[in-house]
Amino acid sequence: MLTLGIDIGSASSKAVLLEGGNTVVAQSVVEAGTGTSGRARVISELFEKAHVSWTDLALTVATGYGRASVKEADRQISEITCHARGIVFLRPSVRTVIDIGGQDAKAISLDERGEIKNFFMNDKCAAGTGRFLENMSRVLEIKMADMAQCYFRSTHPAHVSSTCAVFAESEIISLLSDGIARDDIVAGVHNSIAVRACALANRAGVVDDVVMCGGVARDAGAVDAIGRKLGKTVYVPPNPQLTGALGAAVLAYEFAKRNGVKK
Amino acid sequence: MNVEQASAKELLAFYQQKLDEEAREAKKNGKLVCWSASVAPPEMCVTMDIAMVYPETHAAGIGARKGAVDMLDVASQKGYSIDNCSYARVNLGYMELLKEYAKTGVKPEKLANSPAADVPLPDLVITCNNICNTLLKWYENIAAELNIPCIVIDVPFNHTMPIPDYSKRYIVKQFEHAITQLEGITGRKFDYDKFLEVQKQTQRSVAQWKRIASFLKYKPSPLNGFDFFNYMALIVCARSRDYAEITFRKFADELEEKVKNGVFAFGDNEKSRVTWEGIAVWPYLSHTFKTLKGAGSLMTGSAYPGMWNLEYTPGDLMSMAEAYTRIYINTCLDNRAKELSSVAENGKCDGLLLHMNRSCKLMSVLNYSTAEAVNKKLGIPYVSFDGDQTDPGNFAPAQFDTRVQALCEMMKK
Repeated sequence: MLTLGIDIGSASSKAVLLEGGNTVVAQSVVEAGTGTSGRARVISELFEKAHVSWTDLALTVATGYGRASVKEADRQISEITCHARGIVFLRPSVRTVIDIGGQDAKAISLDERGEIKNFFMNDKCAAGTGRFLENMSRVLEIKMADMAQCYFRSTHPAHVSSTCAVFAESEIISLLSDGIARDDIVAGVHNSIAVRACALANRAGVVDDVVMCGGVARDAGAVDAIGRKLGKTVYVPPNPQLTGALGAAVLAYEFAKRNGVKK
Repeated sequence: MNVEQASAKELLAFYQQKLDEEAREAKKNGKLVCWSASVAPPEMCVTMDIAMVYPETHAAGIGARKGAVDMLDVASQKGYSIDNCSYARVNLGYMELLKEYAKTGVKPEKLANSPAADVPLPDLVITCNNICNTLLKWYENIAAELNIPCIVIDVPFNHTMPIPDYSKRYIVKQFEHAITQLEGITGRKFDYDKFLEVQKQTQRSVAQWKRIASFLKYKPSPLNGFDFFNYMALIVCARSRDYAEITFRKFADELEEKVKNGVFAFGDNEKSRVTWEGIAVWPYLSHTFKTLKGAGSLMTGSAYPGMWNLEYTPGDLMSMAEAYTRIYINTCLDNRAKELSSVAENGKCDGLLLHMNRSCKLMSVLNYSTAEAVNKKLGIPYVSFDGDQTDPGNFAPAQFDTRVQALCEMMKK
């Protein structure tokens, strides 16, 4: 039985095709989010890879901010539930999930059965999110992919105190004009993300295993800064951007099975 | 309007308009108009035949009719920071426009195009800090801008419960001082017999208000909590008049009839029930309601309307003082948690939805601790969302929807 999970986020679109609820057949990421061509592109890319079409699928679950735009989906489920399910699928011992995406940062606390106990999300503010990191990389003229290298090279991380993305930008400009090394500024940016993420995680309650997912988890600098601040090992799944879509595909399978959908 | 035959909804609209019209008439005829904080005692002013206008309700109405942005802009141009309460900013913006109109005789464009109910400038203001301290500076500003008297009922915060007698005695002195001030302003003696009648009327209104709330215990519920929010206009603006009593009695009778006939707010689609903690997001009232309705989740609990459960013994000022200070947001965390637990329990709620209101710091500041206490006692999940009572810029519909959906998924388990 093939089930599909689609996660249309604010910055990117992700899809995972699952066979029998446990084997990933194909997966795709398109760096364009809700309201863009990302939705159509990620689906056609995935279908092409797996040589399937809508009629081959038993059930589809959509998640993410753009979940309502996936008209073909049988169900829509929040990204909180989907990320939690995706991580539990990959690492059943997880108790704390830190998910930082394009415009959301969230911490989810799970019980021993992998059920959500509670969760906390960022305010209506981009501080500590992927968009924040993107803005800073633009101001610093450092590619997102190179941010981690800078972080690990830093010897004296700068102090970036502003939690507001706009104020942090001007703070960084003044750090640059003061001649502070770019590597140290990058480390300051990562530490500032860690402050926000850890505040959410501590509110939810930090219990091992701690797993980080979402696009920002691809930045090893951000992951390290969060781990240090929490005093915990933070695990990152191989494709941290895809855990929401994976969870959606798993939930689609469970739902199909419960309701006797056969294909 | 045939009051006997009218529906509660018709009565609500009728009396709201009538109150505004009475205020305009009073102004025209040289009688006094008072702007009042929503939980300040109106009993003294009503005894003195002063027409009452309620800026918080007025601002909420402007917000609900999508007219807040213009008023917020006027306040912002005047220098009020966006960190101030949006009710205050909407009202101070509205006041600026009324003032300009009174001075120049030319109606400012933003006033002419506003969906705001037409209310006159005040001749005096009365405020009370039993629900927040912004109300002090806000009303002092109005008084200073318009050069009019400001009556302040100062109510201490209740760090411990039960409320100590010295606190009540202090509040009684405030009432007595307010009466003296009113005698000075009106040039008339205060009529204590009429005061007693006004107090009795207030109690009849409060009794019917509580009767409406009692229908939230039914499962499925005939009452949608968002309707309860709408009827709040009269418990705020007319609790010392019979307008509130008449409307609430009709509404409660209608609800009784619905229970008898098995007519429920969501028909047979009531899948879950939530407690809404905090003020409504007035500019997005319909969106917030529809999101919950789409998930089959009915709001059957809110401590907010209960702020006007102002029960006291007429003729006993100590008892009246207690009623005006035990407002749950004027009390310690333990008591707040107790109140919210009881609201959630009475409404048979499956979850808590917390409004982190950028405007109302006092209502929001203890949200997490209160919710944790409720969760510990009742075991129900909670989520919070960022919002604002009247500044539409502080609310993101998509973020609200995601949180509500996640709450519903948690409640299902």
